[in-house]
Amino acid sequence: MSDVHEVRVGSSDDIVGIRKMVRTIAGDIRMSLVDQTKLVTAASELARNIVVHGGGGTVRIERLTGPTGRTGVRMIFSDEGPGISDVDLALTDGWSSGQGLGLGLPGSRRLVDEFELDTAVGRGTRITVTKWTR
Amino acid sequence: MERVPILKVGDVLLISIQTDLEDRTALALQEDLAEQIVRTGARGVVIDITAVEIVDSFIGRMFATIAAMSRLLDARTVVVGMRPAVAITLVELGLSLGGVHTALNLEKGMRLLAAPDPGGPPGTMSGR
Ligand SMILES: Nc1ncnc2c1ncn2[C@@H]1O[C@H](COP(=O)(O)OP(=O)(O)OP(=O)(O)O)[C@@H](O)[C@H]1O
Ligand SMILES: [Mg+2]
Repeated sequence: MSDVHEVRVGSSDDIVGIRKMVRTIAGDIRMSLVDQTKLVTAASELARNIVVHGGGGTVRIERLTGPTGRTGVRMIFSDEGPGISDVDLALTDGWSSGQGLGLGLPGSRRLVDEFELDTAVGRGTRITVTKWTR
Repeated sequence: MERVPILKVGDVLLISIQTDLEDRTALALQEDLAEQIVRTGARGVVIDITAVEIVDSFIGRMFATIAAMSRLLDARTVVVGMRPAVAITLVELGLSLGGVHTALNLEKGMRLLAAPDPGGPPGTMSGR
Protein backbone atom coordinates (compact mmCIF):
# COMPACT_ATOMS: atom_id res chain seq x y z
CA MET A 1 0.00 0.00 0.00
CA SER A 2 1.34 3.41 -0.90
CA ASP A 3 1.88 5.99 1.80
CA VAL A 4 0.16 8.87 0.01
CA HIS A 5 -3.45 8.97 -1.08
CA GLU A 6 -5.08 11.75 -3.01
CA VAL A 7 -8.86 11.86 -3.14
CA ARG A 8 -11.21 14.24 -4.88
CA VAL A 9 -13.78 15.98 -2.70
CA GLY A 10 -16.58 16.86 -5.08
CA SER A 11 -19.78 16.38 -3.15
CA SER A 12 -20.92 15.39 0.32
CA ASP A 13 -21.10 11.79 -0.93
CA ASP A 14 -17.28 11.70 -0.90
CA ILE A 15 -17.05 12.43 2.82
CA VAL A 16 -17.92 8.93 4.05
CA GLY A 17 -15.14 7.44 1.91
CA ILE A 18 -12.61 9.96 3.25
CA ARG A 19 -13.58 9.18 6.85
CA LYS A 20 -13.10 5.49 6.14
CA MET A 21 -9.69 5.99 4.54
CA VAL A 22 -8.42 8.17 7.40
CA ARG A 23 -9.70 5.64 9.94
CA THR A 24 -7.85 2.81 8.17
CA ILE A 25 -4.56 4.69 8.01
CA ALA A 26 -4.81 5.84 11.63
CA GLY A 27 -5.57 2.26 12.67
CA ASP A 28 -2.60 0.94 10.66
CA ILE A 29 -0.18 3.10 12.62
CA ARG A 30 -1.87 2.07 15.88
CA MET A 31 -3.14 5.46 16.84
CA SER A 32 -5.27 5.25 19.99
CA LEU A 33 -9.00 4.93 19.50
CA VAL A 34 -9.63 8.42 20.88
CA ASP A 35 -6.99 9.96 18.61
CA GLN A 36 -8.36 8.07 15.60
CA THR A 37 -11.80 9.43 16.37
CA LYS A 38 -10.47 12.98 16.68
CA LEU A 39 -8.56 12.72 13.40
CA VAL A 40 -11.49 11.25 11.48
CA THR A 41 -13.80 13.93 12.87
CA ALA A 42 -11.39 16.70 11.82
CA ALA A 43 -11.18 15.15 8.34
CA SER A 44 -14.95 15.10 8.10
CA GLU A 45 -15.23 18.78 9.05
CA LEU A 46 -12.50 19.98 6.68
CA ALA A 47 -13.76 17.87 3.79
CA ARG A 48 -17.27 19.21 4.31
CA ASN A 49 -15.92 22.76 4.28
CA ILE A 50 -14.38 22.04 0.85
CA VAL A 51 -17.80 20.93 -0.39
CA VAL A 52 -19.84 23.68 1.26
CA HIS A 53 -17.50 26.66 1.00
CA GLY A 54 -14.68 25.73 -1.39
CA GLY A 55 -16.66 24.51 -4.38
CA GLY A 56 -14.87 21.15 -4.38
CA GLY A 57 -11.21 20.24 -4.16
CA THR A 58 -8.91 17.48 -3.02
CA VAL A 59 -7.56 15.89 0.11
CA ARG A 60 -4.12 14.35 0.29
CA ILE A 61 -3.54 11.89 3.11
CA GLU A 62 0.01 10.92 4.03
CA ARG A 63 1.39 8.46 6.49
CA LEU A 64 4.41 9.99 8.25
CA THR A 65 7.43 8.50 9.93
CA GLY A 66 9.52 10.99 11.86
CA PRO A 67 13.31 10.78 12.32
CA THR A 68 12.90 9.21 15.74
CA GLY A 69 10.59 6.59 14.31
CA ARG A 70 7.39 8.14 15.56
CA THR A 71 4.46 7.88 13.22
CA GLY A 72 1.61 10.15 12.29
CA VAL A 73 -0.89 11.19 9.66
CA ARG A 74 -0.81 14.40 7.63
CA MET A 75 -3.85 15.57 5.68
CA ILE A 76 -3.86 18.43 3.19
CA PHE A 77 -7.24 19.86 2.16
CA SER A 78 -7.04 22.07 -0.93
CA ASP A 79 -9.56 23.93 -2.99
CA GLU A 80 -9.56 26.73 -5.51
CA GLY A 81 -12.68 28.35 -4.11
CA PRO A 82 -13.25 31.89 -2.86
CA GLY A 83 -10.65 31.75 -0.07
CA ILE A 84 -11.13 33.19 3.42
CA SER A 85 -10.88 36.96 3.83
CA ASP A 86 -10.67 37.07 7.62
CA VAL A 87 -8.86 34.02 8.95
CA ASP A 88 -9.09 35.03 12.62
CA LEU A 89 -12.83 35.39 12.32
CA ALA A 90 -13.16 32.06 10.50
CA LEU A 91 -11.22 30.39 13.32
CA THR A 92 -13.53 31.84 15.98
CA ASP A 93 -15.89 29.38 17.66
CA GLY A 94 -19.42 29.94 16.52
CA TRP A 95 -18.68 32.17 13.54
CA SER A 96 -20.14 31.02 10.24
CA SER A 97 -20.64 32.92 7.01
CA GLY A 98 -23.59 30.62 6.32
CA GLN A 99 -26.03 28.53 8.30
CA GLY A 100 -23.35 26.46 10.05
CA LEU A 101 -22.50 26.21 13.71
CA GLY A 102 -19.08 27.71 13.00
CA LEU A 103 -17.30 24.85 14.75
CA GLY A 104 -15.61 23.07 11.85
CA LEU A 105 -12.44 25.13 11.60
CA PRO A 106 -11.77 25.98 15.26
CA GLY A 107 -12.90 22.50 16.33
CA SER A 108 -10.61 20.71 13.84
CA ARG A 109 -7.71 22.84 15.00
CA ARG A 110 -8.25 21.56 18.56
CA LEU A 111 -8.55 17.94 17.41
CA VAL A 112 -5.11 17.75 15.76
CA ASP A 113 -1.50 18.43 16.83
CA GLU A 114 -0.52 20.78 14.00
CA PHE A 115 -2.79 23.03 11.96
CA GLU A 116 -1.76 25.36 9.17
CA LEU A 117 -4.11 27.49 7.10
CA ASP A 118 -3.06 29.08 3.80
CA THR A 119 -5.62 31.08 1.93
CA ALA A 120 -5.91 33.86 -0.61
CA VAL A 121 -9.15 35.57 -1.55
CA GLY A 122 -10.25 34.51 -5.01
CA ARG A 123 -7.53 31.84 -5.21
CA GLY A 124 -8.44 29.15 -2.73
CA THR A 125 -7.65 27.58 0.61
CA ARG A 126 -5.18 24.97 1.78
CA ILE A 127 -5.35 23.50 5.26
CA THR A 128 -2.64 21.15 6.46
CA VAL A 129 -3.14 19.18 9.65
CA THR A 130 -0.97 16.59 11.37
CA LYS A 131 -1.62 14.22 14.21
CA TRP A 132 1.10 12.07 15.78
CA THR A 133 0.77 8.71 17.41
CA ARG A 134 1.40 9.00 21.12
CA MET B 1 -29.20 5.86 -1.23
CA GLU B 2 -29.49 3.87 1.96
CA ARG B 3 -32.36 4.55 4.33
CA VAL B 4 -32.20 4.05 8.07
CA PRO B 5 -35.04 1.79 9.31
CA ILE B 6 -37.37 3.16 11.97
CA LEU B 7 -38.82 0.54 14.33
CA LYS B 8 -41.95 0.98 16.38
CA VAL B 9 -41.70 -0.43 19.91
CA GLY B 10 -44.84 0.37 21.88
CA ASP B 11 -45.28 4.12 21.61
CA VAL B 12 -41.58 4.68 20.99
CA LEU B 13 -39.84 4.91 17.62
CA LEU B 14 -36.42 3.26 17.68
CA ILE B 15 -33.68 4.23 15.27
CA SER B 16 -30.54 2.18 15.41
CA ILE B 17 -27.76 3.68 13.31
CA GLN B 18 -25.58 0.88 11.98
CA THR B 19 -23.57 2.52 9.21
CA ASP B 20 -21.49 5.62 8.71
CA LEU B 21 -24.27 7.95 7.52
CA GLU B 22 -24.03 9.86 4.31
CA ASP B 23 -25.36 13.40 4.60
CA ARG B 24 -28.30 12.61 2.32
CA THR B 25 -29.22 9.56 4.38
CA ALA B 26 -29.22 11.69 7.52
CA LEU B 27 -31.51 14.27 5.90
CA ALA B 28 -33.88 11.56 4.65
CA LEU B 29 -34.00 10.11 8.16
CA GLN B 30 -35.21 13.43 9.60
CA GLU B 31 -38.04 13.54 7.09
CA ASP B 32 -39.03 9.88 7.52
CA LEU B 33 -39.05 10.31 11.26
CA ALA B 34 -41.27 13.39 11.28
CA GLU B 35 -43.74 11.54 9.11
CA GLN B 36 -43.69 8.44 11.32
CA ILE B 37 -44.17 10.41 14.55
CA VAL B 38 -47.31 11.94 13.14
CA ARG B 39 -48.57 8.72 11.58
CA THR B 40 -48.01 6.55 14.67
CA GLY B 41 -48.64 9.14 17.37
CA ALA B 42 -45.39 8.05 19.03
CA ARG B 43 -44.51 9.83 22.27
CA GLY B 44 -40.83 9.04 22.24
CA VAL B 45 -37.85 8.63 19.89
CA VAL B 46 -34.71 6.69 20.75
CA ILE B 47 -31.63 7.07 18.58
CA ASP B 48 -29.18 4.27 19.31
CA ILE B 49 -25.63 5.26 18.31
CA THR B 50 -23.82 2.33 19.95
CA ALA B 51 -22.33 1.40 16.56
CA VAL B 52 -21.46 4.96 15.51
CA GLU B 53 -17.73 5.62 15.38
CA ILE B 54 -17.78 9.34 14.71
CA VAL B 55 -20.17 12.23 15.18
CA ASP B 56 -19.17 15.40 13.38
CA SER B 57 -20.97 18.74 13.47
CA PHE B 58 -23.32 17.62 10.69
CA ILE B 59 -24.55 14.52 12.51
CA GLY B 60 -24.58 16.39 15.83
CA ARG B 61 -26.80 19.00 14.27
CA MET B 62 -29.07 16.22 13.02
CA PHE B 63 -29.58 15.01 16.61
CA ALA B 64 -30.45 18.53 17.73
CA THR B 65 -32.83 18.99 14.79
CA ILE B 66 -34.57 15.68 15.46
CA ALA B 67 -34.93 16.54 19.15
CA ALA B 68 -36.42 19.96 18.37
CA MET B 69 -38.70 18.59 15.69
CA SER B 70 -39.97 15.73 17.88
CA ARG B 71 -40.71 18.18 20.66
CA LEU B 72 -42.90 20.18 18.29
CA LEU B 73 -44.70 16.97 17.41
CA ASP B 74 -45.19 16.11 21.10
CA ALA B 75 -42.56 13.39 21.32
CA ARG B 76 -39.34 13.27 23.35
CA THR B 77 -35.96 12.20 21.96
CA VAL B 78 -33.13 10.37 23.71
CA VAL B 79 -29.76 9.60 22.12
CA VAL B 80 -28.30 6.41 23.63
CA GLY B 81 -25.04 4.49 23.51
CA MET B 82 -22.53 7.20 22.72
CA ARG B 83 -19.01 5.76 22.69
CA PRO B 84 -16.50 7.35 25.07
CA ALA B 85 -14.18 8.36 22.20
CA VAL B 86 -17.08 10.09 20.48
CA ALA B 87 -18.02 12.00 23.64
CA ILE B 88 -14.42 13.16 24.18
CA THR B 89 -14.18 14.29 20.57
CA LEU B 90 -17.50 16.14 20.63
CA VAL B 91 -16.45 18.15 23.66
CA GLU B 92 -13.17 19.13 22.00
CA LEU B 93 -14.98 19.98 18.79
CA GLY B 94 -17.15 22.31 20.86
CA LEU B 95 -20.46 20.62 20.18
CA SER B 96 -22.38 20.53 23.44
CA LEU B 97 -25.61 18.96 22.12
CA GLY B 98 -27.57 21.15 24.51
CA GLY B 99 -31.24 20.36 24.09
CA VAL B 100 -30.61 16.68 23.41
CA HIS B 101 -31.34 14.10 26.13
CA THR B 102 -28.79 11.30 26.35
CA ALA B 103 -28.67 7.98 28.20
CA LEU B 104 -25.86 5.45 28.50
CA ASN B 105 -27.74 2.57 26.91
CA LEU B 106 -31.01 1.54 25.33
CA GLU B 107 -32.54 0.28 28.56
CA LYS B 108 -31.82 3.52 30.40
CA GLY B 109 -33.10 5.51 27.44
CA MET B 110 -36.39 3.61 27.40
CA ARG B 111 -36.74 4.11 31.15
CA LEU B 112 -36.14 7.83 30.73
CA LEU B 113 -38.96 8.03 28.19
CA ALA B 114 -41.30 6.01 30.40
CA ALA B 115 -40.82 8.45 33.29
CA PRO B 116 -43.08 11.51 33.46
CA ASP B 117 -41.85 14.40 31.31
CA PRO B 118 -39.85 16.75 33.55
CA GLY B 119 -40.73 19.46 31.04
CA GLY B 120 -38.46 21.68 29.01
CA PRO B 121 -35.35 20.76 27.06
CA PRO B 122 -32.28 19.73 29.01
CA GLY B 123 -29.48 22.23 29.39
CA THR B 124 -26.62 19.76 29.25
CA MET B 125 -25.67 16.62 27.38
CA SER B 126 -25.22 14.50 30.52
CA GLY B 127 -27.14 11.26 30.69
CA ARG B 128 -28.97 9.70 33.57
N1 LIG C 1 -12.50 25.81 2.29
C1 LIG C 1 -13.05 27.00 2.56
N2 LIG C 1 -13.18 27.95 1.60
C2 LIG C 1 -13.74 29.17 1.86
N3 LIG C 1 -14.22 29.51 3.07
C3 LIG C 1 -14.14 28.62 4.07
C4 LIG C 1 -13.56 27.33 3.88
N4 LIG C 1 -13.62 26.67 5.06
C5 LIG C 1 -14.20 27.50 5.93
N5 LIG C 1 -14.51 28.67 5.35
C6 LIG C 1 -15.13 29.85 6.01
O1 LIG C 1 -14.90 29.79 7.39
C7 LIG C 1 -16.13 29.80 8.11
C8 LIG C 1 -16.01 28.94 9.34
O2 LIG C 1 -15.88 27.56 8.97
P1 LIG C 1 -16.42 26.46 9.98
O3 LIG C 1 -16.20 25.13 9.38
O4 LIG C 1 -15.83 26.73 11.31
O5 LIG C 1 -17.98 26.80 10.08
P2 LIG C 1 -19.16 26.46 9.07
O6 LIG C 1 -18.67 25.54 8.00
O7 LIG C 1 -19.77 27.73 8.62
O8 LIG C 1 -20.16 25.69 10.02
P3 LIG C 1 -20.03 24.17 10.58
O9 LIG C 1 -18.72 23.61 10.10
O10 LIG C 1 -20.06 24.28 12.06
O11 LIG C 1 -21.20 23.48 10.02
C9 LIG C 1 -17.17 29.32 7.12
O12 LIG C 1 -18.46 29.79 7.44
C10 LIG C 1 -16.64 29.90 5.81
O13 LIG C 1 -17.00 31.25 5.67
MG1 LIG D 1 -17.67 23.75 8.44
